[in-house]
Amino acid sequence: MSLTKEQVQHIAILARLQLEDGEADDVVEKLSRIVDFVDQLQAAPTEDVLPMAHPLNMVQRLRADEVTETDQRDFIQQNAPSTEGGYYLVPKVLE
Amino acid sequence: MGAGDQAIHQRTLTGLAKGLATGEFSSREVTEALLGRIDAHQGTLNAFITITAEQALVQADMADKARAAGAAGPLNGLPIVHKDLFCTRGVLTTCGSRILDNFVSPYDAAVVERLAAAGAVMLGKTNMDEFAMGSSNETSFFGPVTNPWNVRLSPGGSSGGSAAAVAARVVPAATGTDTGGSIRQPAALTGTTGIKPTYGRVSRFGMVAFASSLDQAGVITRSAEDAALLLGVMAGHDKRDSTSVDHPVPDYVAGLQKPVDGLRIGIVRQHFDEGLDAGCAASVRAALQGLKEAGAVLIDVDLPNIGLSVPTYYVVAPAECSSNLSRFDGVRFGHRAKDPQDLLDLYCRSRGEGFGAEVKRRVMTGTYVLSAGYYDAYYLKAQKVRQLISQDFRNAFAHVDVIAGPTAPTTAFAIGEKTDDPITMYLNDIYTIGANLAGLPGISVPCGFADGLPVGLQLVGPHFAEDVLLACAHQYQQLTDWHQRAPEDFA
Repeated sequence: MSLTKEQVQHIAILARLQLEDGEADDVVEKLSRIVDFVDQLQAAPTEDVLPMAHPLNMVQRLRADEVTETDQRDFIQQNAPSTEGGYYLVPKVLE
Repeated sequence: MGAGDQAIHQRTLTGLAKGLATGEFSSREVTEALLGRIDAHQGTLNAFITITAEQALVQADMADKARAAGAAGPLNGLPIVHKDLFCTRGVLTTCGSRILDNFVSPYDAAVVERLAAAGAVMLGKTNMDEFAMGSSNETSFFGPVTNPWNVRLSPGGSSGGSAAAVAARVVPAATGTDTGGSIRQPAALTGTTGIKPTYGRVSRFGMVAFASSLDQAGVITRSAEDAALLLGVMAGHDKRDSTSVDHPVPDYVAGLQKPVDGLRIGIVRQHFDEGLDAGCAASVRAALQGLKEAGAVLIDVDLPNIGLSVPTYYVVAPAECSSNLSRFDGVRFGHRAKDPQDLLDLYCRSRGEGFGAEVKRRVMTGTYVLSAGYYDAYYLKAQKVRQLISQDFRNAFAHVDVIAGPTAPTTAFAIGEKTDDPITMYLNDIYTIGANLAGLPGISVPCGFADGLPVGLQLVGPHFAEDVLLACAHQYQQLTDWHQRAPEDFA
């Protein structure tokens, strides 16, 4: 295994994912296989090659900083699990 | 049997357009007939997540009125279904995931908006691999889709519901998205025609993002002619997608008549090595021979780094997905875990419960390759290899107009056959992923059968060469009738 269970649990916390007890071993095994598979990239000669982030060499367009959307807060918040007075509710962060 | 004797469900989009124009039937009649067919086959195929019957009939009546008033749009009254990755205002948009199983989109995706504005009638939303992460439609929270050619087999994925619905003559056309082959591979495995346009050709506004530098919207149809009709409406600049390209959209339908005589077709040696099933290879070679006899010139080309496309993709795509999927937090929309102890618990459990196993693997792979200490070794390295692969294509297109080869290494495989090993599943996209990494357009067209199952021929072109791909595919479909073959139980 190229990844340990501790490593995978750390990655899961970084990714904000809770893994069930029975799930973790399978994730360790399959993630290790994926990491081993992508490791073959290491052998490719890439000196002086520019990294490619995007398929087209585009320049980001700028637009005027103008209001283009109307207020649809109530409509959009119909999808929210919990709201109050236009705010999204989450568990208390500060005591 | 002439076109006039064809039942509504047997007709292509172009065939339906003629019938609507001559008053042979109304859009309401087409819509009712196809809604009946969707219902009849949903239990077998599971191709749909949502069926929008009521809304479809309203749209159909509006289209019939518009036609009567002489105000018919280019797709007036024609049926369409959307992969459930496109946001549809007021309609459930799940992306095949539990985390969005209650999400009603507050707006329409650009693709949905453009097709509706042209008069198309939406009949429903199709099943798909969760967040488009999969090649078999088995990662869907809503269960696998079956292949109309053999219901024990997968239709491919991730646009599996779209492909199965079109192959089964349930609908003539469906939208799809393609990040690593998700339109072309299911099209190949179901005997349909599927096009992934150039990156930026079609607006991604309102598409649930998977990997933003690779995702592109396209269509699955039963002919290149129908794909040309739809793409002409979908393509074009949209200021709401900063990566959509402001580049003229040619008349794809008019361009179909361009003969293949003199077309330079590149053949990649690496596409015919030991990984390719012998039956698929025979069909693809016969198709290439047919194009040669029609006047095309076959030229060997080399893509020296193409063998690294799958590992490159499985660094780049998970990295982008781990970032894109961070928005699913259980706070603003989507699934939320019950009784969270604190904010971290809310995030971790909402996501842990809401995402399926494959999505979790990809998010974690992406988190790993972007994490401190591994970024240069994996992510930066993959971006450099991506440059090499793109350069290989640029070099090849200096000598050829299109590159042709197999779309997938095998015909359709059994549901459950490849779920134990992610790598085996990933290698399904070995011939399609290169086009996504380089942002190139690609199309898959039916080119024969191996052991009774459809085989796809893939054509890949330079940026914005959709017109060349569609014309070549259409000319091939004038010479062959593979695209007209229907699965026996769905003819």
